[in-house]
Amino acid sequence: MESLQHLASGFAVALTPINLMWCLLGCTLGTAIGVLPGLGPALTIALLLPITFKVEPTAAFILFAGIYYGAMYGGSTTSILLNTPGESATIVTALEGNKMARGGRAGAALATSAIGSFVAGTIGTLGIAFLAPVVVDIALKFGPADYFSLMVLAFVTVSAVLGSSAIRGLSALFLGIWLGLIGIDLQTGQARFTFGVQELLDGVNVIIVAVGLFAVGETLYMASRRLSGGDEIIPLRGSLWMTKEEWSRSWKPWLRGTAIGFPIGAMPAGGAEIPTFLSYFMEKKFSKKPEEFGHGAIEGVAGPEAANNASAAGVLVPMLTLGLPTSATAAIMLSAFQSYGINPGPMLLTTQPQLVWGLIASLLIGNVMLLALNLPMIALWVKMLHIPAPLLYAGILVFATIGTYGISQSPFDLVLLYVIGTIGFLMRRYDFPTAPVIIGVILGPLAEQNFRQAMTISAGDWTVFFTRPLSASILAIAAFAILAPKVYELAASRRSGALIVKS
Amino acid sequence: MGGAARGEIALALGLLCISGIVLWQTLEIPVSPIYARVGPTIIPMMTGVGLGCLSFALLVSALRGGWQTDEEKEYTPDKLALGWLGAGMLANIVLIGPAGFTVASVVMFTLVARGFGSTRILRDASIGLAFSLVAYIGFARALGIKIGAGPLERLIDSLFKMI
Repeated sequence: MESLQHLASGFAVALTPINLMWCLLGCTLGTAIGVLPGLGPALTIALLLPITFKVEPTAAFILFAGIYYGAMYGGSTTSILLNTPGESATIVTALEGNKMARGGRAGAALATSAIGSFVAGTIGTLGIAFLAPVVVDIALKFGPADYFSLMVLAFVTVSAVLGSSAIRGLSALFLGIWLGLIGIDLQTGQARFTFGVQELLDGVNVIIVAVGLFAVGETLYMASRRLSGGDEIIPLRGSLWMTKEEWSRSWKPWLRGTAIGFPIGAMPAGGAEIPTFLSYFMEKKFSKKPEEFGHGAIEGVAGPEAANNASAAGVLVPMLTLGLPTSATAAIMLSAFQSYGINPGPMLLTTQPQLVWGLIASLLIGNVMLLALNLPMIALWVKMLHIPAPLLYAGILVFATIGTYGISQSPFDLVLLYVIGTIGFLMRRYDFPTAPVIIGVILGPLAEQNFRQAMTISAGDWTVFFTRPLSASILAIAAFAILAPKVYELAASRRSGALIVKS
Repeated sequence: MGGAARGEIALALGLLCISGIVLWQTLEIPVSPIYARVGPTIIPMMTGVGLGCLSFALLVSALRGGWQTDEEKEYTPDKLALGWLGAGMLANIVLIGPAGFTVASVVMFTLVARGFGSTRILRDASIGLAFSLVAYIGFARALGIKIGAGPLERLIDSLFKMI
């Protein structure tokens, strides 16, 4: 039980007053931005990246992790009361949760989602503590070729499998990889894609890409259709205390959601959408009252919410042990590591035990804080939903400017920010996912580095990726992941085609 | 299948242009013979070719009627709102150097709020002022991040020095 010892030492780090303060700050900020539509954890952490120059790494990551978990809690509040899921993973929560709120049971929906998040977050975080050392043992056997293949797998699943269209997802990914390539090539000192612009020699800062896509793009999108929609905020009704029946209908979905969410999140493929949908359909199947689904079934909130939080915890496993981010937020956190000169990967647990175990312990503490922040104080957060849109989005744009201009006080960065924002707007408008862009920007250069190392070791032999058993099997999984849904889609479209003919 | 989708076609063509630029710029990267095999152009080349293939696939899909629902296609974006936002961003780029962060932010804040339909210009400007002053003090004073100092910021800084 080595993990338990490490965890104990982690608590020693996390329980210092200053780190508790960072954790509380992160959880509060995370809940706030989770509640506010238009703001997400990836954007917030990107805006706060400059603190890595001032604050020591453990404190910064405790803050970021608090934001990461807090946004999950806050996001579900918005989905339940406003029916505008901030991120795709909370679509399912909105499905049943908003119906419950409309039926006057908002309190119970919020309670089951917060407690479910707590259960899943706690089990998921313990899961990190026990799984991470195991993954590290495997990861130590990885060579550059295997790493490259692993990144290809992550690329494929994040962009092609999880979204609504493989082509659009991959286009977003390639756009991101290209943005990541801009600047001086570290191996040869060659400038690439700089178009003779001095400012581009250092590359396109990931803060600009994240803030442009998520803040500026989102604001432009909301402005372009400000007159449509007009979501109503459902007033907080119903007791926050769940009845005995609601408890008994909730606890199994929490555990089942966790059991689905954590392993899927922990895979190098990642993604929270698949586990939440899986959990939803599973609960529908297991429910004694399946007829309630679609009209506000509590199981449909409890299960997916737990799955969402458990997979969010799971995502941290490949991020910490392999340096492989599978969500936009994890990618931004990876760039925070890079900013400290720390390389996440199999060596991280041995070189930075204080940081890793302090982080894990503080996630457990953060979960308790979040439960306290989100249930008794829920009315306070609901008030934030009443901020008028003009002021909210004007504020978001001002913050976006600070984050960008603060990098190097260059108006060029602002031009770049607004250009990327316009691209983000077009992507939203034409239904392209934006997370693959961020993954591409961060992971692209790392993939290139591993690719070139592997090719150098093999003296330029391309087959190295297929002759190493590990690399070959990972690539086979990637190929399967991209082809299997195509086959399924084809079959499904035939079926639905038949349905259309019928109707 | 309702004919070709103009927006999607334009988008696919735009992406095709970008992939063309990627390929063209990749060929411009000089490669030293030492690195000829695993040089700095292999991944850029793959990226350009990949992006080209994808945008071609998008173009085909757009010519066949596009991928968006009819409801989405018929939706016309609020051009006036976007115009206000564009003006706000442009003003910000122009003003942040000479006038400083706070002035640039207040102007942008007010224009963006106008774009979102608010007509209470004075209220928006004063909220924007309060907001950007708090942000300036938080970022510049507490975190030490330089975010553009104009006359107003220098005044605040000297006030802080007096305290």
